[in-house]
Amino acid sequence: MMAMYDKSKLDKIEKELKQWERDCLGKSIETLPERDRPFITTSSVPIDRLYTPLDAKDWNYFEKLGFPGEYPFTRGVHPTMYRSRPWTMRMFAGFGTAEETNERYKYLLRHGETGLSVAFDFPTLYGYDTDDPHSEGEFGKCGVAISSLRDMEILFDGIPVDKISTSMTINGPAPVVWGFYIGMAENKGINPNIISGTIQNDILKEYIAQKSFIFPPEPSMRLIVDTFEYGFKELPRWNTISISGYHIREAGSTAVQELAFTLADGLEYVRAAIERGLDVDKFAPRLSFFFNAHNDLFEEIAKYRAARRIWAREMKETFGAKNPRSWWMRFHTQTAGVSLTAQQPYNNIVRVTIQALAAVLGGTQSLHTNSMDEALALPSREAARIALRTQQIIAHESGVTNTIDPLGGSYFLEYLTDYMEEETYNYFDKIDTLGGVVPAIKKGFFQKEIADSAYRYQKEIEENQRTVVGINDYATEEPAKIELLKMDPEGERRQINRLEKIRKDRDNKKWESSLDELRKVAEKDENVMPAIRDAVHADATLGEICGVFREVFGEYKDLAIF
Amino acid sequence: MKKIRVLIAKPGLDGHDRGAKVVARGLRDAGMEVIYTGLHQTPEQIAEAAIQEDVDVVGLSCLSGAHMTLFPRVVELLKEKGAGDILVTGGGIVPEEDVPKLKELGIAAVFGPGTPLKEIIDFHEKNARK
Repeated sequence: MMAMYDKSKLDKIEKELKQWERDCLGKSIETLPERDRPFITTSSVPIDRLYTPLDAKDWNYFEKLGFPGEYPFTRGVHPTMYRSRPWTMRMFAGFGTAEETNERYKYLLRHGETGLSVAFDFPTLYGYDTDDPHSEGEFGKCGVAISSLRDMEILFDGIPVDKISTSMTINGPAPVVWGFYIGMAENKGINPNIISGTIQNDILKEYIAQKSFIFPPEPSMRLIVDTFEYGFKELPRWNTISISGYHIREAGSTAVQELAFTLADGLEYVRAAIERGLDVDKFAPRLSFFFNAHNDLFEEIAKYRAARRIWAREMKETFGAKNPRSWWMRFHTQTAGVSLTAQQPYNNIVRVTIQALAAVLGGTQSLHTNSMDEALALPSREAARIALRTQQIIAHESGVTNTIDPLGGSYFLEYLTDYMEEETYNYFDKIDTLGGVVPAIKKGFFQKEIADSAYRYQKEIEENQRTVVGINDYATEEPAKIELLKMDPEGERRQINRLEKIRKDRDNKKWESSLDELRKVAEKDENVMPAIRDAVHADATLGEICGVFREVFGEYKDLAIF
Repeated sequence: MKKIRVLIAKPGLDGHDRGAKVVARGLRDAGMEVIYTGLHQTPEQIAEAAIQEDVDVVGLSCLSGAHMTLFPRVVELLKEKGAGDILVTGGGIVPEEDVPKLKELGIAAVFGPGTPLKEIIDFHEKNARK
């Protein structure tokens, strides 16, 4: 196959490089030595002084890159990328009551965001109603509380869900919350087969990193395959999963670990669905991904490009998918929450800009930019607007959207992309040796790997191997002076009153029989989605529906490894 | 000299455990005996574990915003059970204005984002029951 450089050119470069090192560099380094601190990425990968064609000796353009919109999609999934349409600007938002969050969505839409993304509070993430004893102190703190169909209707009141897509960060109770969303659309007179959006629905990374699981892995995997099957039949425009590395990275992993563990999870879902007898080319086009954008610009860009190439190859070669849409990896990106500092919070605007730029240069399909105040509290309106404006400035002013994969062909970036790919396959081998993703979770493999990386990163900061501006250098004594989000103090009371009213007003017979039916379906191996939909319309609450599943499936307990 | 014993605990539903684990490991590497409860502990379970394990310090980690409810509850329960001499500290996403309130309610120190491990270790060495 066609290599990029022939041997005679490479020989010449090698010879000239040696000469440069001896004469030019050698002289300079005597008077101007390089810094003592290691040259490493955010993930502690050592980086060389210079990259040249010698770092890509057997490098083949068609095998490695190809053209955008074509296998292996390294340069992007669409042939025109941002020349046709910028990425979807999708701000993750939610707090307090459905009313307060609805207001925030309308505010963000007015300011030009192009997709919605729901953050739920912890009780909702664990399938508890607001008035459950487990919910004490947590109402509306980390997101919006959604306990019923009525809450979902309020959340999307006045928002055209037939025209705008919604992403929902929900995992353990994903089928139920999706049921609320579908029910909400139906009650607006919209046929579910035209609505579009995403449920995160990625339970494997919950055990690995985010830790908002409810049930053990086996029944959880079954629920996910249920949603795949229901999705391609009933909601063909819905992404039934967003296979997520974001939380793995936030928990402390390196970029390679984020990439490798996420893709390993993705391949596990594909295997589970094929085992159920689903046709790969039916469900695979609806699989979507979600990555982190951390501080190290090139490392992040390389990660996204490697991700697309590996996924395309695995889907085509390992699973024999025929539909090119099964090969492509579409992904959402969020800037790294963990990189934000509580100290000198305005500096975070700059961090977010660099991270967002990495996502765009890496070809993301949608993007959330964090607000500068998120190391202190949930974002205020003004902070969220600046974060959205950051995306708009990149899209409209920076010029990076004019051409596709503008850094493709950079010796350094291509080297890093190859490195990411190689290291990912090394992790795949390790996971295989442990018996696959679920056995590796049960052995604590991922959890330990991530904890080790997190600790190493912290040590590097403490030992001044790396600088975090405002933390271990350039610190100031002045406290952060910014206006933080204030929530309605009566919100919880109002939400509990609403729940009480729903329970009082609903048709009890219909409600009870819908939950009985759900239990029957859950105990057998039937798809749970139709029964969830009926229960939702019978005004069963989140806690009640998840309660049935808790009884049938049991609960999972985390390994306390540190 | 007897080693300082520390219980690192995650109260409530919050799943963010990166900080708790890094602190647990940092204290252990500094020569303390560290027990980590794992996730999703009620204040009752935490107080119970602190007494059973006979710890000198309980370090609470919460990033969900529920700290004002959960942290003081642990202090209260320890007092009720006659273990009010156990030092209780906290960490996580805690707005500046909540810090004095928490201190008033018996939280000995609040370690926010960006706190060096060394500062946390020093605090334990200086203040833990000996």
